[in-house]
Amino acid sequence: MKKKIRGIISSIGVPRLLIGLFLIALFVIAPFVDVRVDTSINDVIARFGMNAVLVLSLVPMIKSGCGLNFGLQLGVIAGLIGAVTSLELKLTGFAGFFAAIGIAIFFAIIFGWLYGLLLNRVKGDEMVVATYVGFSSVSFMSIMWLILPYKSPDMVWAYGGSGLRTTISTEGYWFHVLNDFLKIELGTHITIPTGTLLFFGLLTFIIWAFFRTKSGTAMEAVGSNPEYARSCGINVDRVRIVSVIMSTIFAAIGIIVYEQSFGFIQLYNAPLLMSFPAIAALLLGGASVTKVKIWNVVVGTLLFQGILTMTPSVINNIIKSDMSETIRIIISNGMIIYALTRRMKVRS
Amino acid sequence: MSEGYLLKMESISKDFYENQVLQDVNLNVKAGEIVGLVGENGAGKSTLMNILFGEETIHETGGYRGTIMFDGKERNFSTSFDALEAGIGMVHQEFVLIPGFTAVENIMLNREITKDNFVAEVFGDRMNTLDWEAMRKRTNKAIETLEINLNPNMLVKDMPVGHRQFTEIAREIDRESTKLLILDEPTAVLAESEAEIVLKVIKKLSQKGIAILFITHRLQEILDICDNIVVLRDGKIQKELKPKETSAKEIAEYMVGRELSEQVSGDKKARKFKETVLKVEDLWVDMPGEQVNGVSFEVKKGEIFGIGGLTGQGKLGIANGIMGLYPSEGTVLFNGKELELNNPKNALKNGLAFVSEDRRGLGLLLDQPLSWNVAFTVMQVKEQFIQKHLGGLIKWRDDRAIAELTREYIDKLDIKCVSEKQFVRELSGGNQQKVCLAKAFAQNPELLFVSEPTRGIDVGAKRLVLDTLRQYNEEYGVTIVISSSELEELRAISDRIAIVNEGQIAGILPPSAKPANFGLLMLGKSELEEGA
Ligand SMILES: Nc1ncnc2c1ncn2[C@@H]1O[C@H](COP(=O)(O)OP(=O)(O)OP(=O)(O)O)[C@@H](O)[C@H]1O
Ligand SMILES: [Mg+2]
Repeated sequence: MKKKIRGIISSIGVPRLLIGLFLIALFVIAPFVDVRVDTSINDVIARFGMNAVLVLSLVPMIKSGCGLNFGLQLGVIAGLIGAVTSLELKLTGFAGFFAAIGIAIFFAIIFGWLYGLLLNRVKGDEMVVATYVGFSSVSFMSIMWLILPYKSPDMVWAYGGSGLRTTISTEGYWFHVLNDFLKIELGTHITIPTGTLLFFGLLTFIIWAFFRTKSGTAMEAVGSNPEYARSCGINVDRVRIVSVIMSTIFAAIGIIVYEQSFGFIQLYNAPLLMSFPAIAALLLGGASVTKVKIWNVVVGTLLFQGILTMTPSVINNIIKSDMSETIRIIISNGMIIYALTRRMKVRS
Repeated sequence: MSEGYLLKMESISKDFYENQVLQDVNLNVKAGEIVGLVGENGAGKSTLMNILFGEETIHETGGYRGTIMFDGKERNFSTSFDALEAGIGMVHQEFVLIPGFTAVENIMLNREITKDNFVAEVFGDRMNTLDWEAMRKRTNKAIETLEINLNPNMLVKDMPVGHRQFTEIAREIDRESTKLLILDEPTAVLAESEAEIVLKVIKKLSQKGIAILFITHRLQEILDICDNIVVLRDGKIQKELKPKETSAKEIAEYMVGRELSEQVSGDKKARKFKETVLKVEDLWVDMPGEQVNGVSFEVKKGEIFGIGGLTGQGKLGIANGIMGLYPSEGTVLFNGKELELNNPKNALKNGLAFVSEDRRGLGLLLDQPLSWNVAFTVMQVKEQFIQKHLGGLIKWRDDRAIAELTREYIDKLDIKCVSEKQFVRELSGGNQQKVCLAKAFAQNPELLFVSEPTRGIDVGAKRLVLDTLRQYNEEYGVTIVISSSELEELRAISDRIAIVNEGQIAGILPPSAKPANFGLLMLGKSELEEGA
């Protein structure tokens, strides 16, 4: 009996168990400090839908042994280019949404390929280099957003007429196209964004299926033991580049899904810290630097977004001051540090 | 000290969740005593040693039961550092070296000799400059004791397995505070003459009063140097023996728990072969530590061709070169067609297969299940175990067929595991070796290279492996090229044996030739020709 409990706990993982219990505790306390449970649930679901694809995008690179994608911003930038271009073309509804994705994929392939070439030259230090790539690409694009010849009056600065604004609304273009697709309203306070969830389901299925094919198996073997893969005649460098391209494409799609739900395209420095919450969520879900399962994405995003939604509102109402930003930073950075130190322990 | 014992392990039990691996094991060792620990693959030898040495895997999997008294105190080491501190050293079955460091660095790790400098006086010990000169000297001394030609400045990842083994041994004999030394199969990759050096060193250490726990599958070594023999079977102490009162056969019988027939070896009928299947001309292979400097030979269809020689002479380089794993030059004709070199995929596609001597480095996917390990190569190279959909656009992995195949080999090779889903990292060393063989057999090769196929395999399983190789050779006509540091094994199975010295073939002998002649060739001393 004791053994069985030990087994169950170790398969869920202590951190997940604790965070899960903490989350439940927050929901129990909520009504007593005047936080509505139904709106809270609604928020958690909405945020899950917004962020899940970004978290999913990390999976291919972990599987191929490139580690956590601290350069997620690169994919986000490809997504932003797709989004603003689709707005510039005045495309609306699903046409606009999918045009944005199509253009974003085009750029993600180019960016991902170059990024992959770079990562192949720094094997062993991927995560450090990725962080630099993420940060510097954001800085570079901050200049580009000013220079690129976008004209749409909805996007450029009202006065002066050149350079894109920091925040661009998707209202009137493809705001909530997924969220409102087949949406289900439960009472007055809960809306299920069915379309977004279905779209996430579709992308998850694609990733899951890919890793059950011959190429996906090869990718996972490259991540497990590149020498082994090489001795089986697999071109390790090429497989790694493919994985980086995949991660970049999914990050690009992820940010577009985020924007249609959020309602705004945020340029300039906004993507700077995009990678940390996504990585923290995945690690919280039970992934490590070298191992990841699809359920880690789902569980991790739910727990992470749950904590993020609940802690500030409950704690703010208790201590009557705004702590939300601090709490978010503590949780996400804390998770990353926790996971990275755990990596040290599992030596070969 | 209790009753003069340095180490007393009492009723040690250990399970990996549902799998009971050790049960009420008692083990006593006196100072200066050499105790041999033997048992089948998966009997629990390494696990017992890992418990003693405070390995983390033990704690991560729920710890153990029982008590350990060492040096007069009760101990429960929570890390290997504590064990080292207390005076226990260990040479691991699977090397624990840092691949990107040189031999000196690995040997001296954490025992760096430092020179004082200005910064250190201000900031403390950590800032001392390393005294490379002194460190190199000490390393050289340790290497000299082992009478081996090892370059102290070579990176471990570039070393052949034999040299890695020596590096690991050198590290342990260099420690001054060691009271008990655990040696987990230190001779498995070494040729007999090299193993003898290690045995001599062990004896010398024991005369200095260091107690030794020695694990090996070569029973003769146990008989030669041990004061006491402990036989482990299925996690229980089966028998304690004195070497003078027993024989290799008796030990083996206690290990497997049944009577063994005398080994029939050497009296194979000389077989005749016609067709040449593999023709190697002037092959050069740049494999660090196992250089091949222009070898030429022919292998006949259906033959078992043995390659022997000392560590570092190039016997392992030949197969690695032909399989495309290290840069090579020369001509290799396979079935009369020239084989493109430096292209692993091409070699596999043409029906060659390889069981590497470096099973952890490139032989296995340790963090994947057995099934993947067995089927991966076939799946990637031959597109078997794949279901094609949409006209071949989607190549779906057929997990059901893969599981079936794996179970078949688990039965055939008697691999000890929980199921085909178990991670290979969790298997005992010998069982990992069997997985490597299964991987090669699954490819249905026309020609099979095997390097050190019985490394770390127990006596029973060794017979099984050699018999399996022979069976594949006889029934399916698979041509086999086997490189091994064990001459006896080569003589038992091969039709002809080439001895490699300094990267060249010193001579080719029939298995019936006298051992002394092989010995001479290994030292590069004789001009004996084929058929002598
Ligand atoms: N980390 C682990 N998790 C689960 N099972 C394990 C683990 N390590 C070892 N085992 C199991 O414990 C048993 C004993 O393994 P051990 O390595 O002690 O064998 P051994 O006697 O050293 O064999 P060999 O001669 O092959 O090295 C094996 O059945 C193995 O599968
Ligand atoms: Mg072992």
